[in-house]
Amino acid sequence: MEEYRHRLMDYVREEIMPHRFCTGCGCGTVLNAFVNAVEGVGLSPAKMVCVSGIGCSSWIPSPYFRSDTLHTTHGRPIAFATGVKIMRPDLTVIVIAGDGDVAGIGGNHLIHAARRNIDLSVFMVNNMIYGMTGGQVAPTTPYGVKTSTTPHNNVEPAFKVAELVMTAGASYVARWTTYHVFPLMESMQNAIRKRGFSFIEIVSQCPDNYGRRIGLRTAVEFLHQFKEKAVRIDKTAGMSEAELADRIIIGKLCDRERPEFTAELHALTRRIVAALKQEQPA
Amino acid sequence: MIEIDEHLCKGCDICIEFCPLKVFEKSEKLNRKGYYVPLVACEDECVGCRLCELLCPEFAIIVTNE
Repeated sequence: MEEYRHRLMDYVREEIMPHRFCTGCGCGTVLNAFVNAVEGVGLSPAKMVCVSGIGCSSWIPSPYFRSDTLHTTHGRPIAFATGVKIMRPDLTVIVIAGDGDVAGIGGNHLIHAARRNIDLSVFMVNNMIYGMTGGQVAPTTPYGVKTSTTPHNNVEPAFKVAELVMTAGASYVARWTTYHVFPLMESMQNAIRKRGFSFIEIVSQCPDNYGRRIGLRTAVEFLHQFKEKAVRIDKTAGMSEAELADRIIIGKLCDRERPEFTAELHALTRRIVAALKQEQPA
Repeated sequence: MIEIDEHLCKGCDICIEFCPLKVFEKSEKLNRKGYYVPLVACEDECVGCRLCELLCPEFAIIVTNE
């Protein structure tokens, strides 16, 4: 048994493997890509804090990734992560949570963290539904899909979360699917290295609670669909909105330099403390 | 060399379907949890691209380049 050990098992809490994700769940692939990315960056898990919320994908860092983790209340992982980063700017703070958490319930935290451009890496696993609680409609559920709370049809259009975060002012934004694992892994490395708010939307499969409602019962069918629907962002220039409506735009949406929040905040604090000391000599 | 950890595999068949060289095959063998684990059918074809290792949601595939 020892000789077959996976080379990255040191990064995973091996004692609780196999994990509890359903057969073919995309969360497992995201965990795999994430662990590979952390190894690729050469980051020690001792220098990381992973923050997650409630939902299947929040189980990726907590309990399966072997670092310090904060498993927080529903929708608040970015709020908690902001606190961690401000108090410990030396640590790499990573948020892995689902679409219901980050874009639904915690949507306001997301846009304001992007606006502040705080140095967090947020990996949002978008399975397009509230999977853990039984397949209720989420803000990322596509138009016209039947879910357990929209048994006839979903009449709301889906959120384009990556575009929203880019507009809000994040430093690095990308979107990939669980089929595009190699670019996803590279993108995660870039996001971890990037100073500023970096966000990756990972379109993922949920065969058990979403797939069975839309006729994709296995992970294989899902990945084939991701492969067919994905279109690289550099190939979208000549395409109309109607053509792109049913497609998944993948690739790097933006990579730019903007002032980072914690650095600005700590510089300001130092300046004020120095000024006060000059005013009132001890 | 490809090794499959039978205790971790949940039989999702992603590796069988997406290996570019179709190295894996569905087997008749059940693991202790009742999943059909894949079989490494034509290992000679493998070029060590590690796509299966990275796509596997279960950390069940170990590819070693020798």
